[in-house]
Amino acid sequence: MKILVCISHVPDTTSKINFTDGDSKFDTNGVNFVINPNDEFGLTRAMWFKEKQGASVDVVNVGGAETEPTLRKALAIGADNAIRVNTPATDGFQVAKQLAKVAKDGGYDLIIAGRESIDYNGGMVPGMLAGILDANFINTCISLEVEGDKATAIREIDGGKETLTASLPLVIGGQKGLVEESDLKIPNMRGIMQARKKPLNVVEPDEAATHTEAVKFEKPAPKGDVKLVDPENLDELIDLLHNEAKAI
Amino acid sequence: MSVLVYTETEDGKFKKAAFEVASYAKEVAGGDEVVAVSFNATDASELGKYGVSKVLNIQNDKLSKFNAEAYADALTQAAKKEGSKIVVVSQSANSKYVAPLLAVHLKAGYASNVMAAPESTDPFTVKRSAFTNKAFNFTKITTDVKIVGLSQNAFGLKENEGEATVEDFSPELKDEDFSVNVESVDKAKDKVTIADAEVVVSGGRGLKGPENWGMIEEMADILGAATACSKPVSDMGWRPHSEHVGQTGKPVASNLYIAVGISGAIQHLAGINAAKTKVVINNDPEAPFFKAADYGVVGDAFEIVPKLNEKLKEFKAKNA
Ligand SMILES: Cc1cc2nc3c(=O)[nH]c(=O)nc-3n(C[C@H](O)[C@H](O)[C@H](O)COP(=O)(O)OP(=O)(O)OC[C@H]3O[C@@H](n4cnc5c(N)ncnc54)[C@H](O)[C@@H]3O)c2cc1C
Ligand SMILES: Nc1ncnc2c1ncn2[C@@H]1O[C@H](COP(=O)(O)O)[C@@H](O)[C@H]1O
Repeated sequence: MKILVCISHVPDTTSKINFTDGDSKFDTNGVNFVINPNDEFGLTRAMWFKEKQGASVDVVNVGGAETEPTLRKALAIGADNAIRVNTPATDGFQVAKQLAKVAKDGGYDLIIAGRESIDYNGGMVPGMLAGILDANFINTCISLEVEGDKATAIREIDGGKETLTASLPLVIGGQKGLVEESDLKIPNMRGIMQARKKPLNVVEPDEAATHTEAVKFEKPAPKGDVKLVDPENLDELIDLLHNEAKAI
Repeated sequence: MSVLVYTETEDGKFKKAAFEVASYAKEVAGGDEVVAVSFNATDASELGKYGVSKVLNIQNDKLSKFNAEAYADALTQAAKKEGSKIVVVSQSANSKYVAPLLAVHLKAGYASNVMAAPESTDPFTVKRSAFTNKAFNFTKITTDVKIVGLSQNAFGLKENEGEATVEDFSPELKDEDFSVNVESVDKAKDKVTIADAEVVVSGGRGLKGPENWGMIEEMADILGAATACSKPVSDMGWRPHSEHVGQTGKPVASNLYIAVGISGAIQHLAGINAAKTKVVINNDPEAPFFKAADYGVVGDAFEIVPKLNEKLKEFKAKNA
């Protein structure tokens, strides 16, 4: 089985979110970038397939040279090859188009992406990629098994879960649950040494249109201080929730 | 021109999100028509109250279970038939699944997590939440056909005087539409889901063990709320994984979020920032949640919650 894991390069969750250039650009100053957490689960699941069932695992990112450390980290975790499509990611559709080209050229059976990136929270790349490739698609996967060319997945739905089957080629939008958190692979020294020698191929982008444009950013208005209610006077809380917040 | 909405049903009944996307579409449409697509709805005319003038009602047993590709195909055919330039969907798990497929079929730009009516319609610019609710991003959709993914509870319901005509609609479905097969659905019946809930009551590690959730469920019962929990609580198996909220769990966009014995770690807050009013009950006045909350009670949850439940019951009895 040939697996492609799509890796999005995102600020880690504790990052300060600021903007520059008249609030039109994300300020990367002092920000630590990581593999998107949803992709980390997918990558570890891919490594499981490699170890238990025999599979090759490539990782891909659409982005500038600054994303290479993130791809190297994925190699250190155990991916065989990395591909970087040399163009900044501008919108979900453009990224999906570039990924589709890589996926077609590589003839992958299984493409693992994340349910969403934690930066722009688009939640669109995996579905668009499947749509462009005309491949089967299962979103918000919390479990994935593959037997021959047939996959069985569990998908999280509002208030429960669903079991689905589909034949390969398949694209999934994965998340926590694909593997246990305690099983997440972290690069060790040997992995990091090996990763230096593994191929990281830079490919030039295809022409791709964008469908959307991020115009500007805004931070939420600063929140007022919390109103503390005396535990002996819970009627006040109910009054505030009813009359002030109109929440009950 | 018309604005198309995907109005979700559950067991034939419209979900609240269906009325919300309809209300939104009515606002965006101005004088134009709002057309809804519903799947196996029992009473599709109900949508008239929220500004829909025509419902394309699909009655098809093959579509009784949600299937993303088949639904995307049906919605595509409806949008083409109606010449719709704007399509509005919710951000439920199903809508988030179907929207990117629809975007490819319709060659449409898609903006997800939209928080309000468009900033402008020409160019078409919407405000969306980004960076797990730590910022807003104004996005211009540049394609001819546009898809708006409206966050739950972001716009609210707006009633209108109006009638909806209901038309039978039978999209042509292909075998390939069902190549992802839904084998089984495992869903708690008669339970408010986190996505649909107006109020969410959530418990953290401060509750000490699963045996102490009775008071949380009681509060949820009184308020008609969904129950939720922090990540360690689901990791330890005290509560089902589907209740885990936060950056790696479900997003919460309810009107009210009540956090009991939750410290308010940044990854937890990332998932609940979109809730409108936040209440924290915690015995540690230094807990970070107090910085994020609107209202707080410092004290022992095991004393406060039962008392609060009694008072909430009285309040409900008076205001029923
Ligand atoms: C990559 C990553 C992703 C994560 N994603 C998520 C996520 O999606 N969701 C999430 O929730 N967490 C997430 N976490 C974990 C997060 O960092 C916190 O560890 C977690 O939210 C803490 O859960 P808690 O508040 O229930 O427990 P604790 O931090 O242990 O807090 C318990 C709280 O209960 C209070 N308490 C104790 N006894 C009482 C009492 N008798 N009465 C009242 N209060 C009491 C304590 O004062 C304390 O504040 C993530 C972490 C990482 C690294
Ligand atoms: N620039 C990118 N390069 C590679 N994969 C990406 C990129 N952006 C998004 N993805 C993949 O698509 C998933 C969902 O991203 P998004 O649609 O941006 O929320 C991510 O978890 C990644 O797997």
